[in-house]
Amino acid sequence: MEMNLAIILLLSPFVGFLFNVFFGKKVSKGFSGTIGTLTVVVSFLLSVCFFAQLNQNGKAFEFSLFDWIQVGNFKLNFGILLDQLSILWLLFVTGIGSLIHLYSISYMHDDENIHKFFAYLNLFVFFMITLVVGSNLLVMFIGWEGVGLCSYLLIGFWYKNQDYNDAAKKAFIMNRVGDLGLLIGIFILAINLDTINFTDLNAGVVALNKTGGNQALQWAALCLFIGATGKSAQIPLYTWLPDAMAGPTPVSALIHAATMVTAGIFMVTRMNFLFDLTPNVQNIIAIVGAVTSLVAAAIGLLQNDIKKVLAYSTVSQLGLMFLALGLGAYNVAVFHVITHAFFKACLFLGSGSVIHGLHGEQDMRKMGGLRKAMPITFWTMMISTLAIAGIFPFAGFWSKDEILMTAFHENKTLWIVASIASIMTAFYMFRLMYLTFFREFRGTEEQKHHLHESPSLITIPLVILAVLATIGGAINLPGSTWLNHYLEPILAGKHEEHHLGSTEYMLMGIALVGAIIGIVLAYSKYIKQAFVPKTDNEIVGFSKTVYNKFYVDELYTVTIVKPINALSNFFRTTLEPALSKVVFSFGSVAYGLSSQGRKLQNGNIGLYLFVFVIGICAIITYLFIAQ
Amino acid sequence: MGNILNEIGIENYIFLSVLLFCIGVFGVLYRRNAIIVFMSIEIMLNAVNLLFVAFSTYHQDAEGQVFVFFSMAVAAAEVAVGLAILVSVFRNLGSIDIDNLKNLKG
Repeated sequence: MEMNLAIILLLSPFVGFLFNVFFGKKVSKGFSGTIGTLTVVVSFLLSVCFFAQLNQNGKAFEFSLFDWIQVGNFKLNFGILLDQLSILWLLFVTGIGSLIHLYSISYMHDDENIHKFFAYLNLFVFFMITLVVGSNLLVMFIGWEGVGLCSYLLIGFWYKNQDYNDAAKKAFIMNRVGDLGLLIGIFILAINLDTINFTDLNAGVVALNKTGGNQALQWAALCLFIGATGKSAQIPLYTWLPDAMAGPTPVSALIHAATMVTAGIFMVTRMNFLFDLTPNVQNIIAIVGAVTSLVAAAIGLLQNDIKKVLAYSTVSQLGLMFLALGLGAYNVAVFHVITHAFFKACLFLGSGSVIHGLHGEQDMRKMGGLRKAMPITFWTMMISTLAIAGIFPFAGFWSKDEILMTAFHENKTLWIVASIASIMTAFYMFRLMYLTFFREFRGTEEQKHHLHESPSLITIPLVILAVLATIGGAINLPGSTWLNHYLEPILAGKHEEHHLGSTEYMLMGIALVGAIIGIVLAYSKYIKQAFVPKTDNEIVGFSKTVYNKFYVDELYTVTIVKPINALSNFFRTTLEPALSKVVFSFGSVAYGLSSQGRKLQNGNIGLYLFVFVIGICAIITYLFIAQ
Repeated sequence: MGNILNEIGIENYIFLSVLLFCIGVFGVLYRRNAIIVFMSIEIMLNAVNLLFVAFSTYHQDAEGQVFVFFSMAVAAAEVAVGLAILVSVFRNLGSIDIDNLKNLKG
C-alpha cells in the first residue's frame, strides 16, 4: 500500500508530462495547464500523507523498485527512501511546485506552446522528486541530471531568441562541469566502500575513516561539493544562474530559486556524515559560501534588471546556506532553504506579475509607482522583501539569524562577511522595491495606460506564499525547535541548541539593526534623493566593475572559452584534415581496386557461364589430382 | 530390377549420363536462346538424377532414389520460377537472347 502510494507520488508528474507531450496540443490551453497542475497537486497531497504518517511513527520508509546494477561485490537497487529529509523536501518541492503551476496557467496563457511548457515543468517535478527520494547516490544522480536537462529546456523555452539559447547552453555546460565532480565523488565512494546506499554509507564511511581512509573521503567530499557548486550556483560555477533568468518567470521561481538550486544543499545534508569527517572540506565549503554570498550581494547592488537582482540575491542566499553547511549546522541550512523557498518564490512570482503588467518590461529604470496599480503584488512582494531582508518577525529573520549566530560562534570573520552580505541584501531588495513600486511611473504613456493588477490565478499563489513567508519561521523558532527535532534521525543529534542568552539577543539586535541600516540607506538614496540608476554607458569607475559583475564572465571567456575554442579550431583546421587524409586513402585504394575489378562484370552471360564451366572443370581436376 | 542392370551393365548408364551432361554443358555454352539454355540445364540435372538412380539400384540402397525425388520436386519449383523470370524478361526486353541481358553490367 505504502509502496504503491510512493510510486504514485513519483510517477504522477510523469503522467502529466506524458499527457502534455502527446495530447497537450489537442486539448485547450487551460485544460493542459490544469492537468499539469493537478498531477503535481496529487504528489503534494501524498507527500502530506507520508509526512503525517512519519510524524506518527517516526520511521523512515525504504523499499526497492527493482535490482539495477550488479558488478562483482557491488550491488545496487533502484530504491526509494522516504525519511525525514526527503519528505521535507518533497513537501516544499511539490507544494511550491503546485502553486507555481497554478500561476503559470495564467502567466503563460498567451504562449502558443503552453502544453510544452507544462510538459517540461511536470518533467522537472518528476526528476526533482527522483532526486529527493532516491535511496542511493546513483538514483539521486538520475534526478540530478534530469533537473539539469529540464532547466536547460525551460531556460531556452523561448528558443527564437538566440541569447536565451546561449543562456540555456551556458547553464547546461556549467552544470556538466559540476556533475562530473559529483560523478567522480560517487565513484570514489563506490570503489572504497562497495556501496552507495545512503543507509549503508553512514557506517561504511565511519569504518573507512577509522582504518585510515580519510584521504579518499576528503577527495570524495570535495568532488561532491564541486557537484553542489554547479547545481547550487556557488563560486566558481555561479555565473549560469543570473543568465538563466532568460527563462519564463515561473521557471525562475520554481527551478532557479526554490527547488533545483537547493539540490546541492540537499545532497550535502544527505551526506552530512561524510562531511563531518572531513573538516578541511567543511572549511572550504564555509569559505566558498561566505565569499559567494558577499560577491553576489555586491553585484546585486547595481543590477537594473528586476530578475537579475533576484537572481544574484538567490546566489547570495545560497551562499549563506553553504556557509551554514560548512559550519556543520545542517539543520540551520535546511531551515533557510525552506524559508528562502517561500519568500524567493514569492518575489519571483511577484516580479513576474510586474513584468506581466508591463508587457515584458524587466528594466527597473522604466518602472516606478506601481504600488497603486498593483496593490496585491506590491504587498506580497513587500512582505517577502521584509522576510529576505531579515526583519522581525518574518520567516527570513529567524533562519538568517540562526546562520549568523552559528557563524558568530564558529568563526568571527565569516560572521562579519555574512553580516555585510545581509546588509547588502536589505539594501538591494529595498532598492528594487523603491524603484519598482514607489514614486512616479517612468515607462511610456501607453504602458501607463495599460497598468493593471494581475488576474487572480497569479495573485492567489502570491498571497499564499506571502503568508508562508510571514509565518514560515515558526517551524524553528529559537524557543520551539520543531525542525531540529524533526531532523534529529538524519543528523544524529549533531545540532547544538543555542540557548537564548544575552549574546544571542545582542546578535539578533545587530542583525536587525544591520537590515534597517540597509533599508534606510536605500530609502535615502532612492526615495529622498529620487535617484534613478544611470544608463549603461554613464556608469564609471568601480561601480562599472560591479555593474559588469566583476567581469567574471569575461574572465571565464578569456581563460577557458577562448583557449578551448582555439584548441577546437586547431583540431578542425589542422588535425582533422590530416586524419582525414589517412582515412580517405584507404577509401581511394579500395576504389581503385574495385574500378579495375568491375570490368570483369561485363554483363555477358555467355562469358559468365563459360567461366563457370571452366571453374568447375578446374575444381574437379584438382580434386582428382589431390586424391 | 537387378536383372535389368545385369543385362545392360552399370557402365552404360554412366556413359549415357556423362553424354547427357556434356550435351547439357555444350547447350548452355553455345546457345543464345534463354529457353534452350534453360532446357540444357534441365538435361544436366536429369543426367545426374539418372546416375543417382542407377547407383542406387546397383548398391541395393534406396537412399539415392529418395534423393532423386527431392531433386525432382525442387527442379519443378525451379522451372516454374525460371520460366516466370523468362516471361518477365521477354515482356521487358522483347527478346530472350542472353546477349541482350546486359543491363546489370558493372
